[in-house]
Amino acid sequence: MSEPTLYELSATGRKAVSLPECDVKLATIPEHLIRADNGLPELTEQQIVRHYLRLSQRNFGVDCGFYPLGSCTMKHNPKTSEQTARLPGFAQIHPFQDEEIVQGALQLIFELQDQLKEIGGFEAVSLQPTAGAQGELTALLMIRAYNAARGEGHRNEILIPDSAHGTNPASATMAGYIAVEVPSNGRGNVDLDAVRAACSGRLAGIMLTNPNTLGLFEERVEELVALVRESGGVVYGDGANMNALTAIARPGDLGIDLMHFNLHKTFATPHGGGGPGSGPLGASGQLAPYLPSPIVERRPEDKKGWVEYTLTCPSHSIGRMSSFHGSFGMFVRAYSYLRRLGAPGLRAAAIDAVLNSNYLRVRLRDDYPVPFDRTCMHEFVCEGQPKGSEVRAIDVSKRLMDFGFHPPTNYFPLTVREALMIEPTENECKATLDAFVEAMRAIAREAREEPGRLREAPSTTPVRRLDEVRAARELTVCEPTLRT
Amino acid sequence: MSFTTHTKDARRAMLDAIGVASAEALFDDIPLHARFPDLELPPAISDIELERTFRRLSQRNVTLDDGPSFLGAGCYRHFIPATVDYVLQRGEFYTSYTPYQPELSQGMLQAMFEYQSMICRLTGMEVSNASHYDGATSLAEAALLALDEAGKNRSRILISPAVHPHYRDVVATYLSGTQASLIGPEDTTLSAADLVGKVCEETAALVIQTPNFFGYLEDLNGIAEKVHARGALLVVLVDPIMLGLFQPPGSYGADIVVADGQSLGIAPSFGGPSVGIFATRRAYIRRLVGRLVGETTDVEGQRGYVLTLATREQHIRRAKATSNICTNSALGALAAATYLATLGRQGLRQVAELCYHKSHYAAARIAALPRCSVNPATPDRPFFKEFSVELPLPAAEVNQALQKEFGIIGGYDLGRSYPAMTNRLLIAATEMNPREEIDRLVEALEQITASRAVR
Repeated sequence: MSEPTLYELSATGRKAVSLPECDVKLATIPEHLIRADNGLPELTEQQIVRHYLRLSQRNFGVDCGFYPLGSCTMKHNPKTSEQTARLPGFAQIHPFQDEEIVQGALQLIFELQDQLKEIGGFEAVSLQPTAGAQGELTALLMIRAYNAARGEGHRNEILIPDSAHGTNPASATMAGYIAVEVPSNGRGNVDLDAVRAACSGRLAGIMLTNPNTLGLFEERVEELVALVRESGGVVYGDGANMNALTAIARPGDLGIDLMHFNLHKTFATPHGGGGPGSGPLGASGQLAPYLPSPIVERRPEDKKGWVEYTLTCPSHSIGRMSSFHGSFGMFVRAYSYLRRLGAPGLRAAAIDAVLNSNYLRVRLRDDYPVPFDRTCMHEFVCEGQPKGSEVRAIDVSKRLMDFGFHPPTNYFPLTVREALMIEPTENECKATLDAFVEAMRAIAREAREEPGRLREAPSTTPVRRLDEVRAARELTVCEPTLRT
Repeated sequence: MSFTTHTKDARRAMLDAIGVASAEALFDDIPLHARFPDLELPPAISDIELERTFRRLSQRNVTLDDGPSFLGAGCYRHFIPATVDYVLQRGEFYTSYTPYQPELSQGMLQAMFEYQSMICRLTGMEVSNASHYDGATSLAEAALLALDEAGKNRSRILISPAVHPHYRDVVATYLSGTQASLIGPEDTTLSAADLVGKVCEETAALVIQTPNFFGYLEDLNGIAEKVHARGALLVVLVDPIMLGLFQPPGSYGADIVVADGQSLGIAPSFGGPSVGIFATRRAYIRRLVGRLVGETTDVEGQRGYVLTLATREQHIRRAKATSNICTNSALGALAAATYLATLGRQGLRQVAELCYHKSHYAAARIAALPRCSVNPATPDRPFFKEFSVELPLPAAEVNQALQKEFGIIGGYDLGRSYPAMTNRLLIAATEMNPREEIDRLVEALEQITASRAVR
């Protein structure tokens, strides 16, 4: 049964909130600027609570069960992080308060910057970007400014491997670059010969996701970095998959010049149904002066008006990328996670993320072919068409829902047919992984013997398969007035 | 804390299944010199220490609850009803991701559809996306949409000098990747009517903020027609609270409406995360940025919701997408939706009225002080929630005194953004400021200006 909308539940005159009477003299409101009706619904508090409770019951999160959505790192979101972010001293502070009365917040930003620098092997970190894709865009704008400053402003091409996230080429376009796609080789890594051929005086840089979206570490990353650098290019690392490398290897040590972190993946801040995220950006020495502002500096004590932590603007900053200081609430959560784990805990988490992924790979590969079947990192990609069947990856995914699992990522990367991208994360125990394997195997059997069950799935969810063509044709994207 | 789960036996069994002797062997692809670095991070702390450490750190901040506060300038203290955090704390919502699998995501999808519906009604527009990062980035994307729509010959975004200075910075940063540029006069007292004449054949869009950074309400009736006649789009940046009471931009012909949604149920949290509101006309639906939820039916004819027009987006269109945005601010939009549903038709209007009257009361009382003048250049222009005060001494000094001597968090020191305005304070009053707080502010300002201005 469908849940009525807020507007369907609304009736004239209902109220859910009690506001104070105006305790000051009423001022004259300019009549010609007033509207008759602001169009909001009218409900009681109980109606609102029940409505959203019922909606939540029609939604699946990591708290509900196994969520192996590849490339998204759906790891557990610690409840302590939710508590610390809600401390009044963090939640109830304004970005324009004088620095001396927000030293705690500035210290937290400074320490998070500092620890991300250490984890990534970078010279400096800015926490401005509000999401991973914005981190990418920020990095490309920095490369643009850096090249312009050294008289290389004509460089206008960015190399992007064919397995990259769609955000990479989209960010390149937004930054005014031409995205040049480079193919993968037979081992699922970037084809070095193709990179060599694409390196020219027009090269601005490369966007390198490592491990890549096949979950494979770039075996020849240092040769790749050397090639790009010899051509005068900058190496940007997309840190989307950093959960495999945290405390295992520092991108800066491998020659990466710039990289964004996803706090909502690697550092366990919640995905929120699609954000808010946070995409801090690390930079090596020659790029660090171009980082977006502000960043927090700790300064040695002097005399008058001394504050220990202060907001500053890097010397050649490209400017601001968000309204204020970035997603501060996410910084508190990520920093809570960091402090609870420490370096050994971070390494243990990365190791188990990789262990879990390899375990699922070897247990599933007999039914679901793995095209680049070698040791993977935190995720792997298999074909979602079980051997001996004609079903599609989407059918396998929908059927998984009936077994109580969230499906993996479908049809990405584009380099694998019927792709299922599986990322179990470090939190899941062997029993959960085994149950998932059993479900996948049962589905493979069904795919061969009674494929109709897959094509009709899911049958246990609040709604069944939805007509996406109709949605795109009719484009009902807001409540029709007639219905209300 | 251990973030891992395996027993010794389970780990052994898994390694055997994989066929490696140790988990460390799984990392052999990584160059040896870079493998397993010694990181200099502070040691892990217990949950009890964590709670204590973070509480102490948080107590180094003076909060907006510790005393009266009159800071605004794009981030506001508004009442947040209890329903908001109740909804935000549902694990089914906040631990989910983008609803790529609609059958398991109907809750978030319907909530986003309802958010879009309320934003459309509130702004008077036909289409709203499911959220952007924040107000500044929404505005930057609006500029990019307008440039794309306008074509190659129009490469200027004419922006009002009274648009939030941080937003101007963000738009400029975004445009640094394009051939386009941000232009506009520097005189912050100019109104929309003054700017419309500057729209020319190179202009892709005129950007107006109402209430503007200084709190003035812009009368935009008739402006869109003039902008359109000159071939450009009208982008309007609003305060969503104002829309509870005042005309929606859709009613006077705006093409794109953007806003920061922090006022709608999101804690200030040192300025982020927030939610960016982005609404436009149906004509631009295929150029819209970000997620969009549409209504449809399932195979049994039941109503349901899906992400739609994904062909605009980066995961499908890659280099040709309308934007690179992926993760947006869904939970921020959920907070805003819960807020709007809870405040409702009458409540949001009442909040807007309270902001209007309280800010006017504060302005009138401060204007009566001997050494202060309110909205000095144009005292008769209507304003909402915020106004500026010209002081006989630097605003920074006044703020210091307010904080140290009176326990009041003052206003925004406009000198931080405009070097010629070092004596100017931007003051916001909302429904959260009872009259006695405003009276305390006025008395404090009177004492501070009387005792120090004599120098």
